Amino acid sequence: MKRREFINTLGAAWLGAGAWPLSVSAARNVRQARVVIVGAGFAGATAAKYLRMWSEYQLPVTLIEQNAQFVSCPTSNLVLGGSVQLSAITRSYENLIRKHGVTVRRETVLAIDPDRKQVRTATGPVSYDYLIMAPGISFDYSQLPMTQTDAAKARVPHAWKAGAQTQALARQLQHMRKGGVFAITVPPLPYRCPPGPYERACQVAWYLKQHNPTGKVLVLDANPGITSKRALFERNWAEHYAGLIDYQPGSELSAIDVDSGTVRTVFDTWKTDVLNVIPPQAAGRLALDTGLSNSEGRWCDVDFVTYESRNVPAIHLLGDSVDSGLPKSAHIANSQAKVCASSMIARLVGVQPDPLPVFANTCYSYVDDMSAMHVANVYRYDPEKKEMVSAQGGGLSAYPSAKEGADARSWAKNIWSDTLD
Amino acid sequence: MTGMGIATRLWTLVLLLGATQTMAQASTTDLHVRVLAASCAACHGTNGVSVASTPSLAGMPSTQFRSRMMAFRASKTDADVMTQHARGLTAEEIDRLAVYFSALPAPR
Repeated sequence: MKRREFINTLGAAWLGAGAWPLSVSAARNVRQARVVIVGAGFAGATAAKYLRMWSEYQLPVTLIEQNAQFVSCPTSNLVLGGSVQLSAITRSYENLIRKHGVTVRRETVLAIDPDRKQVRTATGPVSYDYLIMAPGISFDYSQLPMTQTDAAKARVPHAWKAGAQTQALARQLQHMRKGGVFAITVPPLPYRCPPGPYERACQVAWYLKQHNPTGKVLVLDANPGITSKRALFERNWAEHYAGLIDYQPGSELSAIDVDSGTVRTVFDTWKTDVLNVIPPQAAGRLALDTGLSNSEGRWCDVDFVTYESRNVPAIHLLGDSVDSGLPKSAHIANSQAKVCASSMIARLVGVQPDPLPVFANTCYSYVDDMSAMHVANVYRYDPEKKEMVSAQGGGLSAYPSAKEGADARSWAKNIWSDTLD
Repeated sequence: MTGMGIATRLWTLVLLLGATQTMAQASTTDLHVRVLAASCAACHGTNGVSVASTPSLAGMPSTQFRSRMMAFRASKTDADVMTQHARGLTAEEIDRLAVYFSALPAPR
């Protein structure tokens, strides 16, 4: 074997086995650096695991999360449809703790103090040397304040953060009167998971076909057309859910009566029996409060090599909160976390981070309990534009299929395991 | 390789690479392929070990990986997800991924 091949193989074995070429002083830097991660969704949990793995378990990592368990938004629409139980998409953080030695703290974070480098929680401050925030999304109720009270949220769940609201919405669907109208409102882009609302329409229609065949799904979309996998959804709806799904583009909400379920858009008034308002979105509350949002005030700009905030350089930001120009997806969040982890460790040991990160995204949408379709893309860092741009290739399924449904289920099991195990 | 201390592993690598400069250069390229390979984990599993029906990549002979990826690239089935991903990568990245995955411990 030639020397270069041997070195490549050895180097790969080193990196693959999680080993890192650490000098004595570099090893000390790593062991003494305290990394705190706020938010244990796809981005935060993946960052925690990979920081531990890629530092050979030398880097102390604390992960702060307010929820007791991880509930996956991907696949949660099938809980609505009735083919999947919430327990099947719920995972614990046990493996991060026991297998990877992440310190997981279940707490609510009140604020970040970037000057003192502290995360303020209900039980006291947590000091950090490096902070990664992955606070997900917050909802903008400013145009629809009547949906903001607790009572309103119970009547009009968004179910756009999987968990209790998913079950509440499923129950509303199950109890809907015969011939009732299940309305889904779609906010203007950008929002978490572009194809999600349309997948939800499929799942609800699939449920209705079996249990309430005179019922209807009304989709009131603020966007001018279906925002993702458009031709695929249009054809699927025409072929399988004709008469069940009523799709209204260009229909931004102007008013809602939560009690009666009456909804007004610019041109029309609609009566609904179950109302699922997916509100307009912004970065997680904590990111906004810490002053990380850009001039438009909704999403946050970062450096795409390190994921450092462009507003507060010592704070890193991952996931849906980031204005990445890419779809807000679990796979993107998971990929960003790895770029961030790699560059953070590189800087700690005095090695240049990868200046041209590349990652992939695959996103599956289920049209019923068994069949799915995908969109796939590779993204590369463009150092002139300073953003991630679409690479060559990429594309969509030709049509949904059971084979792709199996692929989708495998994707979910592997990404959950990759994020949490 | 596992079971060796950090210092021992470091010295082994230093001797083999010959210079810190070379190590830094090798590291940046290896960092690129490691993060890229990690992005495959969403379907193919952490360190290329799948926990479901998507094939594992860990331990796949590099010639096999390379030929499968080049076949995906050349395929006429534009709608296939792996064709779409393979076309987003450079030939060099495919080569590096092939070497990278071949060295990972295969699933038992």
